[in-house]
Amino acid sequence: MKANRYIFWGMAKSTFIHIFLMSVALTCLFPIFWMVRCAFMTNDTVFVDQSIIPHHLNFGNFALAWTKGNFAVYFVNSVIYTVCVVTGIVLISSLAAYSFSRLKFPGKNIIFYLFVAAMMIPLPGSFVALFVLMTKLHLINTRFGYILCMINVGLSMSILLFKTFFDKMPHELEDAARIDGCGKIGIWWNMAMPFARPAIAVIVIFNSLNVWNEYILATLLLGDSQLMPLQRGLVVFQGANSTDYPVLMAGLTMAAVPIIIVYLFMQKHIVKGLSGEVIG
Amino acid sequence: MRNLGIICFSLILIVLAGCSQPPKPSNKIILWHWMTDRNDTFQKLAQEYQQQTGVEVNIQLFAPSDAYSQKVIAAAQANVLPDIYGVLDKKSIVADFIKAGLVTDLTGAMDADGGQWKNSLFDKALADKSFEAGNIYGVTPGIYGVPIDVTNEQMLYNKRLLAKAGIKTPPQTFDEFVRDAQALKRVGITPFVSGWGELWLLDCFASNYAFNIMGEDKIFATFRGQVKYTDPDWIKVFSIFAQLRDKGVFIDGIVTKGNKYAEQDFALERAAFAFNGSWCVNVYHDMNPNLDYGVIPPPPISTAYPLKIWGSAGSSFVVNGQSPNKDKAIAFLKWLTAQDQQVVLARETNNLPSNKQALVDVSPILKDFAKGMDQSTHPNIWPLNEDPSVSEAFDKGIQDIIIGDKTPLQVAQEVQQAKDLQRSRGSI
Amino acid sequence: MDQKAKAAALFKDNLQNFLFVLPAFSIFCIFYIYPFYKMINLSFYDWRGIGPMHFIGFSNYQELMGDRLWWNSIGHAGYITLIALTFQNALAFALALACDREIRMKRFYRLVFFIPPVLSEVVVGLIWNWILNPETQNGQYIGLLNHFLYASGFPQLVHNWLGDPKTALTTIAIVNSWKGFGWGFIIMLAGLQTIDKQLYEAAKIDGAGAWKTFTNVTIPMMLPVILVVVILTILGCMQVFVLILAMVNEGLVHHTDVPVTRIFSAMQNTNRFGYACAQAVIFGMILVSVSFISKKLSDKAKQV
Repeated sequence: MKANRYIFWGMAKSTFIHIFLMSVALTCLFPIFWMVRCAFMTNDTVFVDQSIIPHHLNFGNFALAWTKGNFAVYFVNSVIYTVCVVTGIVLISSLAAYSFSRLKFPGKNIIFYLFVAAMMIPLPGSFVALFVLMTKLHLINTRFGYILCMINVGLSMSILLFKTFFDKMPHELEDAARIDGCGKIGIWWNMAMPFARPAIAVIVIFNSLNVWNEYILATLLLGDSQLMPLQRGLVVFQGANSTDYPVLMAGLTMAAVPIIIVYLFMQKHIVKGLSGEVIG
Repeated sequence: MRNLGIICFSLILIVLAGCSQPPKPSNKIILWHWMTDRNDTFQKLAQEYQQQTGVEVNIQLFAPSDAYSQKVIAAAQANVLPDIYGVLDKKSIVADFIKAGLVTDLTGAMDADGGQWKNSLFDKALADKSFEAGNIYGVTPGIYGVPIDVTNEQMLYNKRLLAKAGIKTPPQTFDEFVRDAQALKRVGITPFVSGWGELWLLDCFASNYAFNIMGEDKIFATFRGQVKYTDPDWIKVFSIFAQLRDKGVFIDGIVTKGNKYAEQDFALERAAFAFNGSWCVNVYHDMNPNLDYGVIPPPPISTAYPLKIWGSAGSSFVVNGQSPNKDKAIAFLKWLTAQDQQVVLARETNNLPSNKQALVDVSPILKDFAKGMDQSTHPNIWPLNEDPSVSEAFDKGIQDIIIGDKTPLQVAQEVQQAKDLQRSRGSI
Repeated sequence: MDQKAKAAALFKDNLQNFLFVLPAFSIFCIFYIYPFYKMINLSFYDWRGIGPMHFIGFSNYQELMGDRLWWNSIGHAGYITLIALTFQNALAFALALACDREIRMKRFYRLVFFIPPVLSEVVVGLIWNWILNPETQNGQYIGLLNHFLYASGFPQLVHNWLGDPKTALTTIAIVNSWKGFGWGFIIMLAGLQTIDKQLYEAAKIDGAGAWKTFTNVTIPMMLPVILVVVILTILGCMQVFVLILAMVNEGLVHHTDVPVTRIFSAMQNTNRFGYACAQAVIFGMILVSVSFISKKLSDKAKQV
């Protein structure tokens, strides 16, 4: 009797949780469904045909978006930028955050707060200064210059997030590693980084998305269309006046796929119960 | 690891620092533009030009136009502007570019061969980047830009929806327009749509009627501060919006509507009238090829002065004043605005050509738009403009009237306050 | 070990520790400090982006202090942030807690909740413009929301959500929360993973119920992560503007202005770069102090 009631409440609770999760999930799925649906239509039916599955499926939009948007080139560029920037950010910011969290040097707190404050202060009009600076450094219209700028963009937030996680790392972990003869670099790489794996996953996702969708800095700093990232391809479909919605939606759908793959791949690391593993 | 990174970084800096070159004349000119819809055609024409002349024109697209403008401002600061580019800003900013030596005076080239080049183009389009003698900007008089196409903003009407409401001819006066709107409402049709979430389009509509009610002299006198915005004529301008609001002429949500959405509404026959620019022919065609519509100037409310519409160069290019390839750049622009190339541009992009002889091949509705050029004006060809902060108060005030938050009189007083503030700031 | 060697060792140690920060610090100095310096500098000038610069001292700041539109815009951003801090973060936390449990379709939910942040602003703008569309055609509501309200028997609730000054900002704030909760969700989910499972077991052994465990174990362990989410929410929401442009363009009169749209307006509509920079400096100072206060508050909460 008692057991039955327990099961009943358990089921009621899980049904309630599922209803809650499902209703939120539906609001998230609706736009992506709509986007994919539009990608199969034509410009003169896209706002008229209200049926759930369009009457006439037009598969050509994807091919058109790929060629017209010059995706072959831009895709590769975006992958290069994303990989370089994200790797750079993870390494550079975790090193810095580890030092801010666990090591001592004079001026540590001031520098840390500088980073955090920098995150808060918008820099309008900084594009003029940045452009002049990059021209002087001869980094204008180079991949390297753009990558450095994008690393800078993501640095503060990543340092803050890393530090929050490193702060939670048990001291015993570190002590054990030190006894094993690990240096500071060794502890950072072998102890702190695995411990902060969920944070790394979040940072990778956040920055990948940021770089993947970035367009304004690319326009400003790059000139040669051979260097442009994916978003440049998407802009072509949004004319100053006319927009080719189905082709744009096809392009947006294709552009969203890699990010979703990155997310799928990374969220596994968020899921694993890490602390238990490491301690055990 | 980190040491390696630093070493790499400094090495690259050193290497890169070594390879800067001063610009020198070459057989290659670079063009920056922002017109996504015309990029393919430009590229094609550039290839053709290279085959004909051997001069390579590197066309680089930076869009959307906001990003493009930022890039041009930044490049001007760093002095790395390309040979040909466009300035998408107010006349006063164009003047600053000219005074900084970043724009070449094209008057000589335009007047060569008895003014052949100049005469082939629409006057109003040329005026967009021209400066008259004695202009208030202190710029040496002359022609500084080459118009690629022309646009103007007029009223569109849906013939099918009008017929449904029993209206046979489009309205000739403002009263007729209001009356037609009532007829449309009776059969459940929304009368009017426009993308007035974009303030310039709202400003354009108001300006059309200001010309109609008080004439240009009084408008310019207001800009100079000699006439107040609380003048009965200006209140009459503001009252137009109150009247249209009260009569339910506007589509719901007009003040936050982007022009793209407004174009959708008109193309999908959700409204019978629209106020839009000549590029709309292309847009409507894409969304609804069967749309049957016509174009008229906004129906005048007064007989005191002629109603003027806005019309000018849709886009213009300028030649970098510091370019070592000035002559080649000018030659290319001359070729680009010659009849044959203009016909290609007009046909492939559905824009009104800036070359008068290229009008032969455009659609009838575009030809109707072109007729409006005779009664057109534009802020860029006025001798002076209102201060942007006052314009903002003006446009936002009209939005306030449309949503019913303020009366025309209140708005007039607030705009005048903004004007007084601007004048007091200017006098410091 | 004598004093000198000790000092030398300490110096070496400090230097080593600083070397960890050096890559980040050098990139920061090159790409941030210079533009930042330029911005502060420009805020004392009257400059149109091109042409001569006029030094005007504190005039920009003086004018800014009396700029009603500017301070209203900060209020609007604050309101959007407040809704995000409460509604959005509560939602994110609840979802993260639910997904931290052993439930079916966990992977599906984890994927789906991240869709809104991934979506392009173009799609978000189009979708929400359609949902909130106030128009009618042939007597039918075009907008999904109004259509739904009408069809489900609440015609009195049909409303022009974005066109009414009373509801426009709240509508934007809710859409913004919808777009942003995915971030809070994954960060909090990541935070929940690092809580030592032994702590839960210990609580269970002590006979603590679900609520007790939540308040005594989950909340205290999550505080630092919640603080990060709070700070990131404040940052993200105070600087929101692409979404606003996508929904109401240049704005419903001034009822939907936020600081970033004011700054852009100063730069692009009125070509006042100096004024825009002064706005940014003041805005940055406000943000820094708000974050500082929220950190102090959380430190207090930790001690309790």
